[in-house]
Amino acid sequence: MESVRIQYIAIVGSALLLLFILYLIRQKRLKEEYSLLWLFFGVLFLAIALWKDLLNHIAEWIGIAYPPAALFLVLLMALFVIMIEFSVIISRHSRWIRKMGQEIGLMKTEIEELKKKESNDHKA
Amino acid sequence: MKILVIIPAYNEAESIGNVISSFGQDRPELDLLVVNDGSIDETSDIVRKYENVKLIELPFNLGIGGCVHCGFIYAAANNYDIAIQFDGDGQHLISEIEKILDPVLEGDVDCMIGSRFLQDHDSFRPASIRMIGIRLLRAFSFLLIRQGISDQTSGFRAYNKRCIEFFAEQYPDHYPEPELIIMLGRHGFKISEVFTQMRERQGGVSSIPVWKGPYYIIRVLLAMLMAYLRTFNHSLNK
Repeated sequence: MESVRIQYIAIVGSALLLLFILYLIRQKRLKEEYSLLWLFFGVLFLAIALWKDLLNHIAEWIGIAYPPAALFLVLLMALFVIMIEFSVIISRHSRWIRKMGQEIGLMKTEIEELKKKESNDHKA
Repeated sequence: MKILVIIPAYNEAESIGNVISSFGQDRPELDLLVVNDGSIDETSDIVRKYENVKLIELPFNLGIGGCVHCGFIYAAANNYDIAIQFDGDGQHLISEIEKILDPVLEGDVDCMIGSRFLQDHDSFRPASIRMIGIRLLRAFSFLLIRQGISDQTSGFRAYNKRCIEFFAEQYPDHYPEPELIIMLGRHGFKISEVFTQMRERQGGVSSIPVWKGPYYIIRVLLAMLMAYLRTFNHSLNK
């Protein structure tokens, strides 16, 4: 009975995770391009929860004697991949922000010069 | 020959006025550009008092890399032939500019670096623990481009037009000086260095406190290695 209960919990949990991600995308609080990995792992967790033997197969294939340990491996992998993706995205954004800062600085200087020139022209 | 002096300034209100006035006295023919890297003091107000000095105000602190990069973008857009990087904290001496400027003017080199370490006497000596890092950077630079510029972190440099256009396109982010040397070396630019006097800073503090040293060194070594590997790929693709 115990293992049946934990399976239900796992199914409900991963289904909720998937729904929550879809909800965030629908609300436009999460962009599709950044949600693909979350969706992928959400589906993977749901598959593991629905099909009990999948985890055993994964564990056997990798060579892990204790199947629940394979679950931790999958989880850790998921977190790692997603965190790396975040680092890439953050790096890209900081590049954009830097570029924007420079452009704003250059434009401010240009505008000030134009204004100065204009006021000089008016005086003349 | 249009020559631009790029002065990166972050909270240099104490010293920036002196630097600009001494340029006015000693080298009035040079164009000055102060890039204010999001200072929270009166740096900009002071610079504005000088009619002939160009000022770029960055909306937030980009760090020395993004700040000097902005100067290069300006230099390239305004067709400057030579750019000199000159710190706003009073460390660099105007009387020493000709030493780095003349070789670039004469076309002997693409980039000339003013070094603190080529002569021993009378010059600025950093704490010995810093010397370890400086030696390490020098050795690594020699390993990668067969040229061990002795003062890797010097920000006192003159660049010709080719360098200006190159760096307007791409310029490293943080602590960029050693990485720049690798980039230049790997792209076939001719670099050299000359001993220049430098003063202890007049205001402000070093951008790298000693306790951050190991972190700084590892970060810079990684950046240098990556600059090397990027061009390595580049030459393979060709």
